Amino acid sequence: MPVESWLIFLLSFMIVGSIIALEMKDLLSAVISVGVVGLGVSVAFLLVQAPDLAVVQFLFEIFSIIIMVRAFIKKDYHQEAPSKVNKILTGVTLITLIAVFLLSIPLFKLIPTFGEPLMTTSRYYLENGAAETGAANIVSAVILDYRAYDTLGETTVLFTAILGTLTIIRIKKRAKATEEEKS
Amino acid sequence: MKQTEGMTLIVKTVTRISVWLVLLYGIYIILHGHLSPGGGFAGGVIIALAFLNVMLAFGRDFIKNWLNIDMLHDIDSSSATMFIAVGILGIAFGGSFLANFIPHGTLFNLVSSGTIQVLNIVIGLKVGMGLFIVVWALVLFHLDQKE
Repeated sequence: MPVESWLIFLLSFMIVGSIIALEMKDLLSAVISVGVVGLGVSVAFLLVQAPDLAVVQFLFEIFSIIIMVRAFIKKDYHQEAPSKVNKILTGVTLITLIAVFLLSIPLFKLIPTFGEPLMTTSRYYLENGAAETGAANIVSAVILDYRAYDTLGETTVLFTAILGTLTIIRIKKRAKATEEEKS
Repeated sequence: MKQTEGMTLIVKTVTRISVWLVLLYGIYIILHGHLSPGGGFAGGVIIALAFLNVMLAFGRDFIKNWLNIDMLHDIDSSSATMFIAVGILGIAFGGSFLANFIPHGTLFNLVSSGTIQVLNIVIGLKVGMGLFIVVWALVLFHLDQKE
């Protein structure tokens, strides 16, 4: 089978998985089907020959499943029946999405085939990347040399996220400590 | 046998051996980031997963003694600073921010590609420590709620 039909199979599999994740009453089953969708993304990256992304996606999927199972499973969630406004909003969203999809079908013909023609920038990277940076892995060369500024931003985002998490948790602790002092 | 914190004896014994291999694999992925698929981010996640593995198998109290969480904070923050330091050194020696100023070496060698390897190691440390600290914070949050 060609790569395209594998991709279509995977994408429909992922859509089914996400619908199951939404509809499942049991939280653990829902988390597992979210994980299945993520692993599908990872395999899709492998099929379009992006091993770097596939590795990162695969590892992060495992990581997030562990966090979700550890942090969210034990809490009890109460299930609310959708109200009338909710149902109307869902219908409007669905109709809008379907309309946008149907209207954009002619645009799909304009999309060039995958990986062809080679853009000017990517051709430059492929031809001069190894010589200019000395890195055999072209992805590394792009994210840490040509586009190192982006990576700096990404590192800052991670750093800020960790700072934010710790700050929120510390505030909770401090509030509890002051309460104990008062009582 | 008295049931202690964490999982069963089988899991603990396997973890005791396999965690070092997982850590080694993470370091390998980081150091070979410029040669093979992977790099600082993927290797960092593997290192965080190794710590997570120990935490799941042995329990929270063990990890508190085994790892110095405050030192993880320090490594996390200092590697973020290191990234900027490498960039500023690029201004000094290479002419622009984050310029590749270290000699490149021969292609396909382990020590090659100048600052790319340095930045890979820095990002690996940052991601590994940072992700584990996030998990640790969530665990503490969980403990707070239980009390």
